[in-house]
Amino acid sequence: MKYLDEYRDGQEARKYADAITRLANKPWTIMEVCGGQTHAIVRFGIDELLPPLITLVHGPGCPVCVTPVELIDKAVEIALRPDVIFCSFGDMLRVPGTRGDLLSAKARGADVRIVYSPLDATRLAQANPTRPVVFFAVGFETTAPANAMAVHLAAKNGIANFSILVSHVLVPPAIEAILSSPVNRVQGFLAAGHVCTVMGYTEYEPLARKHRVPIVVTGFEPLDILQGVYMCVRQLEEGRCEVENQYTRAVRREGNDEARRIIGEVFEVMTRRWRGIGSIPQSGLGLRESYAAFDAERRFDVAGLSVEESSECISGLVLQGIRKPHECAAFGTRCTPESPQGATMVSSEGACAAYFRYRRRPAKST
Amino acid sequence: MTEDAPLTRLGKVDFGGIVKEVNLAFVPEAVVGDYVLVHVGFAISRVNEQEATRVFDYLREIDELGELAPP
Repeated sequence: MKYLDEYRDGQEARKYADAITRLANKPWTIMEVCGGQTHAIVRFGIDELLPPLITLVHGPGCPVCVTPVELIDKAVEIALRPDVIFCSFGDMLRVPGTRGDLLSAKARGADVRIVYSPLDATRLAQANPTRPVVFFAVGFETTAPANAMAVHLAAKNGIANFSILVSHVLVPPAIEAILSSPVNRVQGFLAAGHVCTVMGYTEYEPLARKHRVPIVVTGFEPLDILQGVYMCVRQLEEGRCEVENQYTRAVRREGNDEARRIIGEVFEVMTRRWRGIGSIPQSGLGLRESYAAFDAERRFDVAGLSVEESSECISGLVLQGIRKPHECAAFGTRCTPESPQGATMVSSEGACAAYFRYRRRPAKST
Repeated sequence: MTEDAPLTRLGKVDFGGIVKEVNLAFVPEAVVGDYVLVHVGFAISRVNEQEATRVFDYLREIDELGELAPP
């Protein structure tokens, strides 16, 4: 497929890896923010192509992984209510809450449906006017415009039986939290290209200045990632800390105006809890008061639910780049994709799932 | 492409053989034949053809700087 296969060329990839080897004089630790990048890195063995001086650590950019456990419980609770049609992207169904996952709710009789787009859920609501249709609206800035548009169109078209259970999160506050941690070891970032197609990258410029870290907006194919690593290492070696854009074929500095406008129309910034990490100020999005009628938490009165997490799972440390998946005692034994302890093992974008799928042996030591 | 109100403009997108209907509200500049990046049923960016070869051009630039010269 055009604009895909050419960015997976093995010969060009090795040339990039050689260039990085020549460039790197000191050890550097770089975090790729997005779970999609993590999967490409592990799947194509990009980390093993890099010189030993360069360590890639995996970031928090896996929407399913950071969705707080109480939200899973709320989803299960709502899905089990009479007549509800509960719609979700597929990889949320097997994320464990404290009282089971959505798949087990489905087995107990709940009408849980996998959808590809939030617009599938609004269509279901129109087709089933007597039943409440709830969409599980999770994700980063990439997914926010789609979910905002679904709510906006539902309001505009009077689809009163539609609502969303929302826990949107934002990348820049997560980077700020990682860099502010006393145990941080990340020296440079590959920012998530798709998030930046929507938001642009002006928000990252103060972060790079304040924390003196290079941030390179990077795509998802192997050559994109290798070029992103090269640009980041080059900045580190030269003592620069700028925001650069590797993914120019899709990302403009100011982002996507239309997408940003609809996000601002429907959502407002608020403090959010991140699974495994905890509460981060101003780190997410929720519905504006003018769209409160579409808020499933209010409609089904589940706002009060709050719970504790499994103590053995280290997904919080994995999501902050402090530990790697195979450093967990439960990895591959008590925790597998079939029987996951934490969300990083469930999601197709989770770092633990990537290691389990592509590398059931320890990666190079870091 | 189905011309409709700006927020519900739809287009058919070919994903290497699988054709899906996609909302084009966020890429008002997109025309038939364009490549777009699609996420959960919405096109979120139009691929800039001029920039599409940059990853290869950059590698050649490094090469010309001599950083890739054989040892």
